[in-house]
Amino acid sequence: MNTFLQQVVNGLTVGSFYALVALGYTMVYGVIRLINFAHGDLYMVGSFVGFTLLTAFGGMAQHLSGALLIPLAFLVPMGTVGILGVILERVAYRPLRRAPRLSPLITAIGLSLALEEGAKLGWGASFQVYPSIFPTTIWRPGGITISAMQVLILPVTVGLMLVLYLFVQRTMAGKAMRAVAIDQDAAQLMGIDVDALIGLTFLIGAMLAAVAGVMAGGFYSEIDFNMGFLIGLKAFTAAVLGGIGNIPGAMLGGYVLAMLEAMFSGYVSSQWSDVFAFSVLILVLVFRPTGILGEHVVEKV
Amino acid sequence: MTPLRRMLDARRRLLDRMPAWTRPAGGTGLLVAMLVVPLWLNNYHLTVLTNVCVYAMLGLGLNIVVGYAGLLDLGYAAFFAIGAYTTAYLMTTYNLPFWLMLPAGAGLAGVFGVLIGAPTLRLRSDYLAIVTLGFGEITRISATNLDFTGGPNGLYGVPQPTIGSFTFILPIHYYYLILALLLITLFCVSRLERSRIGRAWAYIREDELAAAAMGINPIRIKLLAYALGAVWAGIAGCFLAVQLTAVSPESFTFNQSVQILIIVVLGGLGSIPGVLLGAAVVVITPEILRDLPANLIDWRLLFFAIVLIGLMIFRPQGLLPSRRRGRSIGGPRRDPVMIWAAEGEPPVAD
Repeated sequence: MNTFLQQVVNGLTVGSFYALVALGYTMVYGVIRLINFAHGDLYMVGSFVGFTLLTAFGGMAQHLSGALLIPLAFLVPMGTVGILGVILERVAYRPLRRAPRLSPLITAIGLSLALEEGAKLGWGASFQVYPSIFPTTIWRPGGITISAMQVLILPVTVGLMLVLYLFVQRTMAGKAMRAVAIDQDAAQLMGIDVDALIGLTFLIGAMLAAVAGVMAGGFYSEIDFNMGFLIGLKAFTAAVLGGIGNIPGAMLGGYVLAMLEAMFSGYVSSQWSDVFAFSVLILVLVFRPTGILGEHVVEKV
Repeated sequence: MTPLRRMLDARRRLLDRMPAWTRPAGGTGLLVAMLVVPLWLNNYHLTVLTNVCVYAMLGLGLNIVVGYAGLLDLGYAAFFAIGAYTTAYLMTTYNLPFWLMLPAGAGLAGVFGVLIGAPTLRLRSDYLAIVTLGFGEITRISATNLDFTGGPNGLYGVPQPTIGSFTFILPIHYYYLILALLLITLFCVSRLERSRIGRAWAYIREDELAAAAMGINPIRIKLLAYALGAVWAGIAGCFLAVQLTAVSPESFTFNQSVQILIIVVLGGLGSIPGVLLGAAVVVITPEILRDLPANLIDWRLLFFAIVLIGLMIFRPQGLLPSRRRGRSIGGPRRDPVMIWAAEGEPPVAD
């Protein structure tokens, strides 16, 4: 029973990371039908921007109260990575929007590699220890371990999702975004600035990934340039599991995948849990490519 | 017009003006050079050249999948791993001769190609990319976790191949071995490209629906491309196992798959001379950078990544473009049916 509860707690934490990153995949996919392979690396860059900021202000920690530093540790990476996401779209994807399918996919691989290698040159190839500004209290109710960071992660994630959901459903920009996802050309004819909206999609996706990156830094307390690769793949799996292009689907998929994985590593084998997750991806794509909540997508002629 | 494009177009105009017999002559010259020059090279240069041949072979195999059939495979290193591990395992455990490993490694890689391809090739093309990525990771993690693959250390002590009483020991022996394998590969892929199957690949790449309407079974023909691509990676893996006398999971990472993809894209999707050039550039560049004083070697992958992005935006057809190009690999935007009809004719200049 303890194993079960502990894995539920772990699943909810990791699921939050998956869900936040999966949202970026699913939004971009929904709007321009592109798998943005570089998205996992935006999470990594977010984590490193937070790292640099916190290291720089680390000496002043006694002057600056944590209450000021923690919001800063989220907002600065969000801003930086958000702008980075918009720049990537503008420079690398926009010129290829009408190009054959293979071109933007290969470009995305190139971007992912460029971000990883850039981070390796900038921040070094080895693991970096994340500055501990987050509360480090650990509770042990009934034999399971819960850290304060885990308690922080869940409400932040759910809150952001709620804001995103309301934005997409209730605002004019969100409505325009949904229109672009359905039919870009028709949306343009209706007077929607498609380019700006695609930029906005990348901005929001990148910002969410940055939040996940900073929280992951605080939770795992170690980061490296390669950290985005695996979570990128897992988050994509989550997005597919939930139904790609579908925002609530990405949230659901993130938590479902993380729970499955946590149970697998708790009861079967933690060594094979990555293999298990990728097998889930392949099985979902083969047997239910539309995911849990997705609608049917056909290849356009 | 970028300076690069101007330069390459000038080169193409020059080539077009040259008499027809010079075209095969260029290939023959390269072949003679590849056969003779190594006799005067030292072991370091021979090893680099051997690597060029290994990557050329991998590039030619991946080119079948990505260049001819237009399927993005991001887990190609997995087939390379299957060939290498098959060879290392069978040779160290059962002491089987190397020459049996070539069909075994190639065959097993092909079987895995069919197993992973059969359920997934029905998917949308971008889903396929991510499934192959997942498959590549599954293979690498399995090799790290399983016992019979030697875990994270891999397998070592692979015996050297022999013919009668002759044993392959020196780098130059391995060089000629891979050169022979590469020549066989070149012969096969250039025949394939011009075969009925090769035309079918070009057709489904350009327009799957129209191809299906013409009686081509898209799933079957894609599966054939996927399995045949895997076969060449398997053979390259067999060679790698005996050349290094050891295999370990680090040789088969995602970056390895990306590196092979860069070779194919850099040279030109679907272009055999392009793949050879791409392999030479990707293998030799880091060796040149290594000799420079500054730690430029660290910038190698970043440089290739930016080249990859730049190519897709400014020159999607690559440095030495394939003559049979259509919509999907940076050719002139023409009706794909016309490409089919004009098969064999070089398309109008880009």
